[in-house]
Amino acid sequence: MKTLKTPDKTLAELRKRLGEGVFTVSENLDNLRLHVPAAKLIDLLTALRNDFGFQLTELGGEDYLGYPGRSASRDRFEVHYILLNHDTAERLVVKTGVSDPDPTLPSVYSLWHGADWMEREVFDMYGIIFAGHPDLRRILMPEGFRSFPLRKDYPLRGRGERHNFSRLTREES
Amino acid sequence: MPVNLLDEPDIQAESRDYHWTLNFGPQHPATHTTLRLVLELEGETILKATPDIGYLHSGFEKLGEHLNLNQYVTVVDRKNYISPPMNEVAWHNAVEKLLGIELTERCKYIRVIIGELARISDHLLCAGAAALDLGAFTAFLYAFNLREQIYDIYEEMSGYRFHPGFTRVGGVMYDFTERVIDRIERLLKTLPKVLADMEKLLFRNKIFLERMRGVGTLTKADALSFCATGPVARASGVTYDLRKDEPYLVYPEFDFDVPFATEGDCFARFHVRMEEMVQASRILRQALDKLPGGPVNVPIAEKFPMPDKGTTYNSMEGLIQHFELVMPNRGFQTPKNEIYAAVEGPNGELGYYLITDGTQVAWRTRTRPPSFIHFQLFPHLIRNHMISDVVAVLGSLNIIAAELDR
Repeated sequence: MKTLKTPDKTLAELRKRLGEGVFTVSENLDNLRLHVPAAKLIDLLTALRNDFGFQLTELGGEDYLGYPGRSASRDRFEVHYILLNHDTAERLVVKTGVSDPDPTLPSVYSLWHGADWMEREVFDMYGIIFAGHPDLRRILMPEGFRSFPLRKDYPLRGRGERHNFSRLTREES
Repeated sequence: MPVNLLDEPDIQAESRDYHWTLNFGPQHPATHTTLRLVLELEGETILKATPDIGYLHSGFEKLGEHLNLNQYVTVVDRKNYISPPMNEVAWHNAVEKLLGIELTERCKYIRVIIGELARISDHLLCAGAAALDLGAFTAFLYAFNLREQIYDIYEEMSGYRFHPGFTRVGGVMYDFTERVIDRIERLLKTLPKVLADMEKLLFRNKIFLERMRGVGTLTKADALSFCATGPVARASGVTYDLRKDEPYLVYPEFDFDVPFATEGDCFARFHVRMEEMVQASRILRQALDKLPGGPVNVPIAEKFPMPDKGTTYNSMEGLIQHFELVMPNRGFQTPKNEIYAAVEGPNGELGYYLITDGTQVAWRTRTRPPSFIHFQLFPHLIRNHMISDVVAVLGSLNIIAAELDR
């Protein structure tokens, strides 16, 4: 497995452009992660897209409720944005955190239309609201579903939704 | 289920009287899978298509948080069920990257081989079904006949025809036998003939060409904006292929080309897929010729692989290792870390965002499903086309609903 070159130059220039301390960096193998607060997310992604040629390839969420060794001060939810530069084959993982009771993040739909359904899925599964998304509805779960199934406090077998699902019988139809 | 048709306000209210709405699916022979489209039409011209998905949602990602890293391979099989081995390779690629396991040479070759077989199988279905939907039934039969041979290979190597569940953390279930290799050799002999037959049937078929050319055109800028990858992006001029640009396994050792087109229409996507099958067979040929000997799994001392029956019953280490892996409160150690790792699937970048928490059950198994991401393109590609173009565009995107809804 090839270890990608750490894009030190990209990072240095990003820091110059956005100012020190906007994001922190962590690394695991070839994944270079930029942790950024929600308020600075759009600035960072816009700079990465317009000035460094990065494109979004993946967007998804995760819930860290009860994750071993995670300090209580960190956000419960995180959303990852995997960016790829098609010319240099550099990859960056941008991560931003958000917590209850107001899990709201800015939508990146205006930067990449591909974020449309992926943000809807994160909303559907975790209840994270993407402000500025043109059509934030549930996508995989039925419209009347109340819970957010991929949250860690949602049980694997559900809360009886399947059992209580209202069915249309032949007589009623 | 109500579908909001008002999200794109480009239809003028006064002309709405002449429009009609057509429900397409969720059970319709031409969708091939369970997905629903609500089409807003003027005559036979589509003004707006609204996909409504989720009919096959089975909570695969939630299941991944309750099954261990070996067990989950049976679930990833069922995502893109047209090319299950590729899902397995992608899943265990992410797991092994996170756990820091270096596979044996032979195992890397075997994974390349099963991955490329899956690619051929997937492209055959996509190309064949595209022809079927446009009325060219014969080409579809040729393609499906060859897919049977690939299923025979799966059966020979793993015992299962449809969902082999072949890979394991640190290796594969069984080593390749002579009979498996013999079957792959036979496939490589038949494949060029089938591809030649399909080309003869389709590439000079006027109806087929006219229904594919210039239909559903995707520009390069849109492909990037919509996160398209794989053959869909390559047909629009984004020449990115993870096998070349971010090599994994042993792909750098093979000589193959990355086919691409710039037209971005249905025919370009179809053509790229046809050409990728030729390249996949080149990789298979080289992989079979170079297939090294030696062990297929990493040594038992590394505490990851499931030992085979012989080792389990005849050696102390094997028995201990087997016990450690199958007991629910034991299992292997994982780091408290996360990783994104992707491979070039038949449909595009097939990646996993994997988080582990120290136990053998993953904390989060996010899939990057190419079908899901490509299906968002559909409303944009189909706009202002005729209703008969729906099947052409749908077929060229190769939407697999099990992967779409997971």
